[in-house]
Amino acid sequence: MTRHIVCAARDLPPGARKLVHLEGRPILVLNVKGEFHALLNICPHQGASLAGGILTGLVESGEPGDYRYSREGEILRCPWHGWEFDVKTGKSWCKPSRIRLKDYPVAVESGGALVEGPYVAETFPVSIDDDYVVVEVATARVAERGAAGG
Amino acid sequence: MNMNVAPGRVEAETRNVRLIADCDIHPTPNTTRDLYPWLDQRWRTHIETFGALRRQGVQQGPAYPKSQPDAARRDAWPEGGRPGSRLDFMQKQHLDANRVALGVLTTISPHPGAYQNPEMSAAFCRAVNEWQKAEWTAKDTRLKGSILVPYEHGDLAAAEIAHWAGDEDFVQILLLSRTVEPMGQRRYWPLYQAAQEAKLPIGVHAFGNGAHPITSSGWPSFYIEEMTGHAQTCQSQITSLVLEGVFERFPGLRIVVIEGGFAWLPPLAWRLDTHWTKLRAETPHLKRKPSEYIRDHVWITTQPMEEPQSRQHILDIFEWIGWDRLLFASDYPHWDFDDPARCLPIAISEDQAQRFFLDNALKLYGVDPAKAAAATLAA
Ligand code: FES
Repeated sequence: MTRHIVCAARDLPPGARKLVHLEGRPILVLNVKGEFHALLNICPHQGASLAGGILTGLVESGEPGDYRYSREGEILRCPWHGWEFDVKTGKSWCKPSRIRLKDYPVAVESGGALVEGPYVAETFPVSIDDDYVVVEVATARVAERGAAGG
Repeated sequence: MNMNVAPGRVEAETRNVRLIADCDIHPTPNTTRDLYPWLDQRWRTHIETFGALRRQGVQQGPAYPKSQPDAARRDAWPEGGRPGSRLDFMQKQHLDANRVALGVLTTISPHPGAYQNPEMSAAFCRAVNEWQKAEWTAKDTRLKGSILVPYEHGDLAAAEIAHWAGDEDFVQILLLSRTVEPMGQRRYWPLYQAAQEAKLPIGVHAFGNGAHPITSSGWPSFYIEEMTGHAQTCQSQITSLVLEGVFERFPGLRIVVIEGGFAWLPPLAWRLDTHWTKLRAETPHLKRKPSEYIRDHVWITTQPMEEPQSRQHILDIFEWIGWDRLLFASDYPHWDFDDPARCLPIAISEDQAQRFFLDNALKLYGVDPAKAAAATLAA
């Protein structure tokens, strides 16, 4: 496991997103209403970059003619064919058990805590008063591919 | 534990390893005014004064947006323009990234071929054709145009085909699938005669306004019904072309079904053959089984691809249709785009892939493989 500093927390306000490459993988980090999430940026359907998709809500219905709109801003819609993913779990809305985006642990840590760590990268822009968004990714040489969906 | 600072930049990757032909790419003028250089003042004034009358049934007009703004991939908007309006953006995002050696342009918005006013329809089709040549095919030799024709007016359509015949920038004639009458009817025969003489295939792309409801049982409530309904339109068009004897009369005619799906084609052929054994006397002008005309005269583009539970089913359907009849299409920049690197649900052999992704299209559209490769290198 390697932990990567993505940016200062204040640079990723609610509703914002940032695409980074960590360990050869494109990872999309999002701030949804103050909670940070990190997802593999490869749509499991045909591989689109999800970074260009909109964050939207969920339309649900108990029966025809009855509609509810909920979870505004928590559903990431693929920019190509519109598959919907739950940002919090990475699960797709159409087949949640089979098709999901890989998600990565994200934490917000203070600059002070980070500089105290034993293996701080030299390029880390330390300003120890700030909080930083940190994503944890398994170390790997080869970029992961999303599984083909159908 | 190691701590790294994440880079913010992601390099563009080439998504595809082989050269491909993409048989459904949609360029779009930003506005009708982009066509004005090729329109007489008479028609500029006309469209600004009266607009264009389309054959549109009891609905307000075509539904937009279709799933996404401008029915396009959200990442396909060039700065300051509509998706498909800028060549440099298309080159970077699609033609170069996906190694497109032949890109067949299918201009459908606008496709003025069904305008109610015949002369206006002809004038606007001519303008779109000139625009394709000036703005696209002349600037990137990987791209080839489709001739738009006023297809509801057989003689005018034939004249437009004759005008462009022999021009290597154009490789097919393009109709939309919702016509006023089934395509086998005689009003369309002059168009087929001209296509045969020009040795150009006819692409039939989903959509259009034929004045009829967009499903054969009336107007649906949802866009998803329109998407699915394209299959029935294409089925009735192929049925009509076969049974009216068009392929018997025009043996050189080649039809390309674009964006209508294709998994329905084998069962349609089976059904026609079954009926024909019993009802043959009604259409004595047919010399062969309906399925034989289909196999000889119909090509299909594979986007949108049906995605069955068992991936093997798609292969079975490909087998029936024939590996020489399949054309890869992406539908770029539209939202239901197929990615050439990811669209096939199952591995196919190298030989099949070569035909599917490139060779069939080069052959059908008469493009020299050496020229296509040179165009790719030059790009
Ligand atoms: S690539 Fe994301 S929905 Fe198809």
